[in-house]
Amino acid sequence: MFRHLLMLLCWVGIVGAAQAQDLQPVLQGHAEEIAKPSRSSVSVALDDLAASGAPQVSVFLEQWQDKGVWQREADGVFFFGTETGDDLTLRDIDTGAESSAPTNGFSQLKPNGGVRRLIGTALVQFQLTDPDLARRQSAVDSIARRPEADQLGPLRASIEAEPDAALKARKIQLTNFLSASFGDTSEERIAAITSMATDTSIEARAVMNQILSTKTATPSQTPSGNVARVLTSGDDLSQADAYAQLVAAGLAPTIISAAAIREALAAHVVGGRVGGIPTSQLDTDAGRAKAYAALAAAGTVPPLVTELDQQSAVADMNFYEVYDEPDSAVTDAARATLDSIETRVAAAQTVDLTLDALSLASIYFLAAIGLAITFGVMGVINMAHGEFIMMGAYTGYVVQLFVPDYTLSIIIALPLAFAVTFAAGVVMERLVIRHLYHRPLETLLATFGISIALQQLAKNIFGTQARPLTSPGWLDGAWVISDVIQISYIRIAIFVLALLFLGLILFVLKRTRLGLEVRAVTQNPGMAASMGINPDRINMMTFGLGSGIAGIAGVAIGLYAKVTSEMGADYIVQSFMTVVVGGVGNVWGTLAGASLIGFLQKGIEWFNPSNTLAAQTYMVLFIILFIQFRPKGIVAQKGRAAAD
Amino acid sequence: MNDTLLEVSGVSKSFDGFKAINNLSIQIAEPELRAVIGPNGAGKTTFMDIITGKTRPDSGHVVWGERNISLLGMSEADIANEGVGRKFQKPTVFEAQTVRQNLAMALKNPRGPLAVLLHRKTPSNAARIEGIAAEIGLTESLTRIAGELSHGQKQWLEIGMLLAQEPRLLLVDEPAAGMTVEEREKTTDILKRAAKTRAVVVVEHDMEFVRRLDCKVTVLHEGSVLAEGSLDHVTSNPKVIEVYLGRGHA
Amino acid sequence: MRKTFLSQNPSVMWFIAFLGLFTLAVAIGSEATGTGLISTSMVKTLGKTLCLCLIAIAMDVVWGYCGILSLGHFAFFGIGGYAIGMWLMYARTEGIVMTSLEGHVIPPTPQEVQDAIGNQIFGVVGSSDFPWLWAFSDSLFLQLLMVVIVPGLLALVFGWLAFRSRVTGVYLSILTQAMTLALSLWLFQNDSGLRGNNGLSGLQNIPGYEDTSQATTSLVFFMGSALALALGYILFAWVVSGKMGSVVQGIRDNEARVRFLGYRVERYKLFIFTLTAVIAGIAGALYYPQAGIINPAEIAPIASIYLAVWVAIGGRGRLYGAVIGAAFVSLLSSWFTGGGAPAINLGFYTILWTDWWLVLLGVSFVCVTLFFPKGIGGLFDYLVRKPS
Repeated sequence: MFRHLLMLLCWVGIVGAAQAQDLQPVLQGHAEEIAKPSRSSVSVALDDLAASGAPQVSVFLEQWQDKGVWQREADGVFFFGTETGDDLTLRDIDTGAESSAPTNGFSQLKPNGGVRRLIGTALVQFQLTDPDLARRQSAVDSIARRPEADQLGPLRASIEAEPDAALKARKIQLTNFLSASFGDTSEERIAAITSMATDTSIEARAVMNQILSTKTATPSQTPSGNVARVLTSGDDLSQADAYAQLVAAGLAPTIISAAAIREALAAHVVGGRVGGIPTSQLDTDAGRAKAYAALAAAGTVPPLVTELDQQSAVADMNFYEVYDEPDSAVTDAARATLDSIETRVAAAQTVDLTLDALSLASIYFLAAIGLAITFGVMGVINMAHGEFIMMGAYTGYVVQLFVPDYTLSIIIALPLAFAVTFAAGVVMERLVIRHLYHRPLETLLATFGISIALQQLAKNIFGTQARPLTSPGWLDGAWVISDVIQISYIRIAIFVLALLFLGLILFVLKRTRLGLEVRAVTQNPGMAASMGINPDRINMMTFGLGSGIAGIAGVAIGLYAKVTSEMGADYIVQSFMTVVVGGVGNVWGTLAGASLIGFLQKGIEWFNPSNTLAAQTYMVLFIILFIQFRPKGIVAQKGRAAAD
Repeated sequence: MNDTLLEVSGVSKSFDGFKAINNLSIQIAEPELRAVIGPNGAGKTTFMDIITGKTRPDSGHVVWGERNISLLGMSEADIANEGVGRKFQKPTVFEAQTVRQNLAMALKNPRGPLAVLLHRKTPSNAARIEGIAAEIGLTESLTRIAGELSHGQKQWLEIGMLLAQEPRLLLVDEPAAGMTVEEREKTTDILKRAAKTRAVVVVEHDMEFVRRLDCKVTVLHEGSVLAEGSLDHVTSNPKVIEVYLGRGHA
Repeated sequence: MRKTFLSQNPSVMWFIAFLGLFTLAVAIGSEATGTGLISTSMVKTLGKTLCLCLIAIAMDVVWGYCGILSLGHFAFFGIGGYAIGMWLMYARTEGIVMTSLEGHVIPPTPQEVQDAIGNQIFGVVGSSDFPWLWAFSDSLFLQLLMVVIVPGLLALVFGWLAFRSRVTGVYLSILTQAMTLALSLWLFQNDSGLRGNNGLSGLQNIPGYEDTSQATTSLVFFMGSALALALGYILFAWVVSGKMGSVVQGIRDNEARVRFLGYRVERYKLFIFTLTAVIAGIAGALYYPQAGIINPAEIAPIASIYLAVWVAIGGRGRLYGAVIGAAFVSLLSSWFTGGGAPAINLGFYTILWTDWWLVLLGVSFVCVTLFFPKGIGGLFDYLVRKPS
């Protein structure tokens, strides 16, 4: 009924806008409800206001909601008023004529929160056709936030005249949601529900879930109502829970808990005995049951509900859940639609997970590729690799201290981080590593020494708290493909960076003189030396290159994670695993290792989302087992050299 | 006639498409002294790797002893305990330990951890060590650290360790490399004496050394047997000449 | 046999004699005997140091002698600590619960006692049920058995997998580190059943000896640790001398040669790895009652690396080197980080050792690796051999 009125009203509002109509009389007709509104009484007044069709209604409602309406105490006439000192600037509601008066003779209308919300709901109808796009937008948003049955009519009516295409689509979607929930006939609702089968938005799912909301029904012999699910005792429902339902429905006596038995016994101790049984024998459940049974037999306590009682009470009852929605055709349609949506959501989640895993793999690749170069090409384990990553990140932080423009600072930081860590790597190679070739375990330990020294040094210089490395504004936010699939720009940037590095390293190793010499030294240092290649220089350059890449990885990692002195340690073990799993001495191997570990970690996290620690544990265990079966990694070095 | 101790038949092994061993068949009798020669890349080392279990062949059989045991699929240690001793190209002795310790470790005794843990020195073991030391000319050096020995002495020590294992088959990879003339002579004597009671296979580059061994020679080329017979016989074989000279000209 | 072994290894005799004198001196100086020259906390520190020395010689055997740079032995140490800690915590909580339930009119059922203990122990991780891991925690004997069995079994399984597939060198180190990481991550979880990052605490209170003063308890544990170290030292010295020592060091220097001599290298490695893991577990079981608390951070991979650092600084391949390294570095470390070392004022900057000790340790460690690969023990060798 009300809906038809509203439709009429809207029609009137559009066609007969010019028709001047005074609002004040309508207001006076409901003076009592408007001046002292309550949630229960105000709706009649709001209905009549809306029905009046006066163009001022929406302005009045807004003012009323914002406490901008005053009532003259003398005759009860309403005005729009603004308080200035002791005076009020008044505006006539119908003519808009301004006047001034002292505040004394007027009282401000202060509707409470509940009433303001009702006013807001009424307002939405007017705002939906407001000429201002922003207001229409906000009206639609407010409906989406709190969908109600009476909004369906105005919303539907406003679609036709909506000039903005995007907003129109949104209105249609919202109309569907509303008619799915509040449509007049089952057919209308089912049609709306069915039309949502491809809508994976969270809202659509919420609408479906709301239609499908269930409650536990009172257990009975024969189920009645729109039954959602019959629970079989033992499978869906434990016997204790089933019995608890019976108790809650008043169909069975309460179970006497172990604690209650204890209290009852303690309350009835007579001369060191309870029900004739000495208290010293009450330290077993059997003893207590016996004593309690004696008390129950004497009628001092309610009888014990035994396991058997529970069983028989539960046995001849049906336990089931019913839909709040009584119409089974609607719930069936909603179930089918939700299933279809969920299939789509699952597919979208798979895509999302894949993207997530890809970006994690990029990070591992960036962190590990420098290590792969030093470890794979030179056979040198660099435990300080993580600290080079940290050094790169701090370089980025320091650059940002001097260059406030984030885009520029990142552009400066990337090569600078490379330069800093390249230099650090070369210094380390010259001072330490060079003396330890062919003693890999000693290298491991010496570089570990460097690692703890560097870590503590960073702590002494930059302090223990995390330092920010802020990404430029254009990297903020995320690329939202749907409600389910979204990926932050920063991760895309890291992915691109990883790709760039893959290309760059392949280019350096395969297409440049340095790469040729590096490969020569790797395969046969003696022969390379006799061909005029200086292995010393090559080792130095290789180590510098590996370290430099770690520095750049540090900047990239610092952009999305925090910069701390311990950040390197977080990546070092994973980086080693990446290299080892992938296969030593091969860029593609590192890529494969990073992908495997990235995808694996995301996959395990997906199975067990609440517990990332468990995910890491399982991942490490998997890697240990993996190395058992492929000790040389995914991309194994081949040939006779690999046999040893 | 002598019994066949080791029979390698139809063995092939390729690395990345490169056929290191190609349908190779060799028989070794016991006792016998055999020299295996061939140009670089002929598959000599891979041949040894396959017999000793370090490398698995792609196809073929390696059959051992009277009971015709297949050596394929056995671990290196098991093959060693079956009686195959191997000397590497580079001398590999335990440089941090004394000559006596080196020999004691090699001495044929139970090899299990428990037996080794509870092992006690016995006069008979000591006598065996002395005997081998005398054989390889290191009696004076028994208490010296092996790392202090000269290159030739290390080679002898390694041969001594093999003898201490009491193997039935001794695989020796280029024993003469880097030795002086006198040292070579002594090495030849040791090997010849050893070959009186067991099979000894010597892989060697040096024709002079092989001539001095004075035994049957197998020429390997591209992973299979090119020729077999006395040194004079194989060196007059035109195919062998072509392989060696052809290489020489290239 | 023992006699001949000792007479052949005079350094073992010297070590035992020194350790005995040291123990005697600490016992006389401790508060428990009334002289009070050495504070109880110092006795605890020294006792803990002896335990660290014990795991250090285990590490020395597995790394210095057998060449396996295990970055996982501190995990075994931690497991030993957890195993004994479970009993200590259970028994002590049981005592507290029984006292609190005493005097109730209705005596508690066994289930009620169990629930109350569970509540006390696992309340911090929001649980009250006993995890299956605690099945034997009420029995001292069984938990003591766990101290040996769990690290031993873990080492056996892990070692079998790793050695069987011939993972060696740096790869093996990283694999052991991964094992340690997995263990510590697992322990950090609340539902691991070992109280997550809270760990086990109150371990310094020995159930049944509530009335004994901490001074006495700590002295007893100190002497126990000294005895364990002495026995461990003799055991390892016996293992690495003689033919076993020859084989083990042979594996370190040239694994392939040992294999071609007919020794099953994997079994020897497994034997050494497992034996040292068991000793590490025992060391941990003695350490943590003196430390009072154990939590997963103790097992983090970094701890095992420090263990390698001690052995390297002390000198690999000699047992007393490991003892020197562990004692020297861990005591020095607690002196520096405890604020014992005086700050150095450079005028423009004051070096606080709490901040700079790790830098110093790192740098000196690099120097030791580069210039003194034999460590402090090597220096000791040099001094001893010089006069002769």
